[in-house]
Amino acid sequence: MTREEIIEAIKDIIHTIAPDEDLSNLNTSERLRDQIELDSMDFLDIVMELRKRYGVQIPEEEYKELATLDGCVAYLGPKLAGKSLKVGV
Amino acid sequence: MSTPRYDAIVLGAGFSGLAAGIRLAQFDRKVVVLERHALVGGLNSYYKRAGRRFDTGLHALTNVALRSEKATPLARLLRQLRIDRDVLELREQSFSEIVFPSARLEFGNGFTRLSESVERAFPAERDRFARLVADVRAFDPFAPDLADRSSRVELRERGLDPILADMLLCAACWYGSAEVDDVDWRDFVVLFRSIFLEGFARPAGGVKTLLDVLVKRYRELGGELRTKSGVQRILRDERGARAVVLDDGTVLESDCILSSAGLAETLALAGGTLDERAAPRLSFFETSWITREPQRAVGHEATITFFSRADRFRYGPPRSGELVSLENGVVCCTDNYASDAPPDEGLLRITVPANPRAWFQLDEDAYVAAKARCSDTIAAAAAAIVPDPRPRAVFTDAFTPRTIRKYTGHVDGAVYGSPAKRRDGRTGIENLFVIGTDQGLVGIVGTMLSGVLMANQHALAARSA
Repeated sequence: MTREEIIEAIKDIIHTIAPDEDLSNLNTSERLRDQIELDSMDFLDIVMELRKRYGVQIPEEEYKELATLDGCVAYLGPKLAGKSLKVGV
Repeated sequence: MSTPRYDAIVLGAGFSGLAAGIRLAQFDRKVVVLERHALVGGLNSYYKRAGRRFDTGLHALTNVALRSEKATPLARLLRQLRIDRDVLELREQSFSEIVFPSARLEFGNGFTRLSESVERAFPAERDRFARLVADVRAFDPFAPDLADRSSRVELRERGLDPILADMLLCAACWYGSAEVDDVDWRDFVVLFRSIFLEGFARPAGGVKTLLDVLVKRYRELGGELRTKSGVQRILRDERGARAVVLDDGTVLESDCILSSAGLAETLALAGGTLDERAAPRLSFFETSWITREPQRAVGHEATITFFSRADRFRYGPPRSGELVSLENGVVCCTDNYASDAPPDEGLLRITVPANPRAWFQLDEDAYVAAKARCSDTIAAAAAAIVPDPRPRAVFTDAFTPRTIRKYTGHVDGAVYGSPAKRRDGRTGIENLFVIGTDQGLVGIVGTMLSGVLMANQHALAARSA
């Protein structure tokens, strides 16, 4: 997956979890929870959706890597290599 | 045939069990929710008599904050379950009240009505009350490793007028304390926020609407629900819990069992015992009167009325082994929730403390007679506070600690479970966790959150690799 696709994958997951959040102007280097209403329970859901959709396993101590969209790209890039984007599932 | 194996087994299709089931099914875990009864709901369920549907448990859905507030427990819960708030068809309360001999407080959804009411009834308490509210807002009741603290002591240390303190305690205890005459401070904080800072609503169709939404969501996600499937035993080996045995002998295996049966009850199923202080468990007696006209026709507009017939509120079982206590209680007038069409009849429920052992030892005839007699005495005792429903009644029904024990399996028909909570859900047996009341979160929203949090922690996060 490309950088843009990873960002889209994450945004689509956030949209599933929190359909009322506006995701159109997210800054990729700023913490997600500072921009939209996301708590630790929601982060667990992001992890669970990544596992469900893409078979990606993320240990609890590495959840923090997903704090920003740039962090997601860096951390998930290798794990999502060769996988294709699934949105609206 | 090999023994069926699950990623998780949930005991009890009450609110905590269904919520846990939804979380697990949402992430494709193979999960089964087992329910002893034909109907789901457990303590909070419904039944039909004389063509009418009666709710048990649920008076109100608490934590009904403004839709725009996203960090509240109800909003977080619905998000975790991916349920749209609109499908609950929430109807807000008119207002509610706390009535003591020498003072009366009113509160509504949102905080203004209570703060104005406190200012009128206790003008000298204005600053102390404001400080209490600020403390309640600032305290994090979910912080790990909090010690148990008495709310009575906390309120006394803040110098609050003892009657005002008891009035606040009355509402908090009645909506969620398993302890005699007190409530843990973190629970008080949760209850204060959910009752006074947020508020009450009721799904248009009562508890059934809510249960239908949960069951539908769970089934759509592929979750398996087995009713009439009581668990007689939990099997374990040296590594912990391994399987459950149903009443019909069927064995289901799993390395993760979430039980809403209560802590002592769950340990008993696993062949263990609970070493707990012999504190009494609190159970209630409740009568519902269907009245010819809604309560507002006779001038009663409050939705929930917490009352104490003495200024010193004492929360606990009846003194001297009586069947019921007339010292304090809660009245719920369902017809005072907002509705689309004016209700053509009314429903008034009065709930008071009961002594479970006294109810258990009655034979059938004496039991039926005692239900009628106690309904009569509680209506008479509450008549100074709410209009007497008896002259207007077209139908009356009551439930007792015996009914509660039958539908929940809880020792002594305990409504809020054991006074000893397990906040981390751990039972001391590997792979076996408690959810619901004995985990420690109270109220309908709290108990659903308990199912969600324990499923997240013990079944999803811990086993995601």
